[in-house]
Amino acid sequence: MRVVVIGGGPAGVAAAEAAVRAGADTVLVDSEPTLGGQFHRGNPQRVDSRVRHLANSTVWAVQGLRLHIRTGPADSPTRTGEAIDADAVVIATGAHDRVVPFPGWDLPGVYTAGAAQALAKGQGIAIGQRVLVSGTGPFLLPVAESLKHVGANVLGICDANTGAGWLRHPRAANPTKIAELLGYAIRLRTSWQPRTAVVAAHGDDKVSAVTVAKLNPDWTIRSQRRVAVDAVCVGHGFTPRLELAVSAGCKLADGFIAVDHTGATSVPGWYAAGEVTGIGGADLAAAEGEVAGTAAAGGPCPATALAKVRSGRRFAAALAAAHPIRPGWQTWLADDTLVCRCEEVTYRALREAIDLDATGTRTFKLTSRVGLGLCQGRMCGRSAVDLATTLAAQRRTFFTPADLQRRPIATPLRLAELASLPEEDL
Amino acid sequence: MRVTIDGVQHSATPGQTVAGALLADGRTSWRTTRGAGKPRGVFCGIGVCFDCLVTVNGVADVRACQRLLAEGDDIRTEEP
Repeated sequence: MRVVVIGGGPAGVAAAEAAVRAGADTVLVDSEPTLGGQFHRGNPQRVDSRVRHLANSTVWAVQGLRLHIRTGPADSPTRTGEAIDADAVVIATGAHDRVVPFPGWDLPGVYTAGAAQALAKGQGIAIGQRVLVSGTGPFLLPVAESLKHVGANVLGICDANTGAGWLRHPRAANPTKIAELLGYAIRLRTSWQPRTAVVAAHGDDKVSAVTVAKLNPDWTIRSQRRVAVDAVCVGHGFTPRLELAVSAGCKLADGFIAVDHTGATSVPGWYAAGEVTGIGGADLAAAEGEVAGTAAAGGPCPATALAKVRSGRRFAAALAAAHPIRPGWQTWLADDTLVCRCEEVTYRALREAIDLDATGTRTFKLTSRVGLGLCQGRMCGRSAVDLATTLAAQRRTFFTPADLQRRPIATPLRLAELASLPEEDL
Repeated sequence: MRVTIDGVQHSATPGQTVAGALLADGRTSWRTTRGAGKPRGVFCGIGVCFDCLVTVNGVADVRACQRLLAEGDDIRTEEP
């Protein structure tokens, strides 16, 4: 019985340990040199020595339960390849920041919240000296704390929501989590500004000021002022990394991988755990990993972890309810605002594509070139689909986010690498 | 560890990424877009957005935020 776990964050490490404890020959594939994922960056984690840990490794394609892997320095043609046949796979590839576009979001000095966090924790670098944190959700708090640790002056945290949704889910909100968040608020000594957002960034070659707006509940702008900054970091929740799940044919639900209580997906042998199944934080991810890793190895369901998953998912539901993305962000855009950073596709170009009668996601992409650049729509795909849906509201036109998530080559591969693959691996 | 960035020698520490070294050197952008020639540096910081591309030892299009520096690396940016 061979279990392959993909992703070395809290969910993946827990899944690999559970699978090896349940007696499976276990492989843990992770793209980073050390384990821990984005959550434990700068604080490498260990895994049971019986697990075969493939560091600096990425699964770039799947064929049934055969995984194609490259190992070596990021984007290097010297990477080596192997194919591993699994009896079961656990996808624990996590999520990256979602950022809704706004004028100037492509200026240097504008970072995702995850970038600010990774540079602070992994590289000891502050993205600026006068920094605003903007977006929605409790993840902005640890980001602000990391920025302070590396010497940035955090001018404030703008949350486009009020967080009042918590109060409507009193039983769902987890007391430990609430205490953790209050702890941040007390330690940070920075202003948390509800129903406020950075809606534009200004500067020539680098951000020098931002427009901060007071928002209405639907995120349309009520009033605005200009604030001098030398950096801003932005995060409007997260986008799960779904490439492998989509390639394997796993069903999605509400933009995440659909799983049962054991972490099993709709495809036999394929399991998922952590943020790819819903955003709930590291503790829930680890509990989901333990359950899915055990189930993938054919072991009995661990009752304590199952209970943690149930309570964690209630917390995650409260989190999602309290920090929605409201459609008013679409009114922040100017005609020349880039939506797709790679192909430099403006809001105007998207509107023209819809006016030219784009009849679905494929024609929309081919007409405007949105999502066809280097990142393959990873940064803009969700926002582009939301904009297209609004722009085409009068017509029977359907835009589905899944169409922008189909990437048979899951991670970038050099043509020379592809050309050198042995034929039996293709 | 010694590395070269746009022909200038720098010292680097194990675990430091190319992006970490460029930012520590005070550079916030090192590439321009094909269309409008707009400056780009780090955006996502975790290997997703491809804004931060550099050339490493003659190989183009390497994500600076993902690549760890190694002894003797020759880093070239588009906008030195």
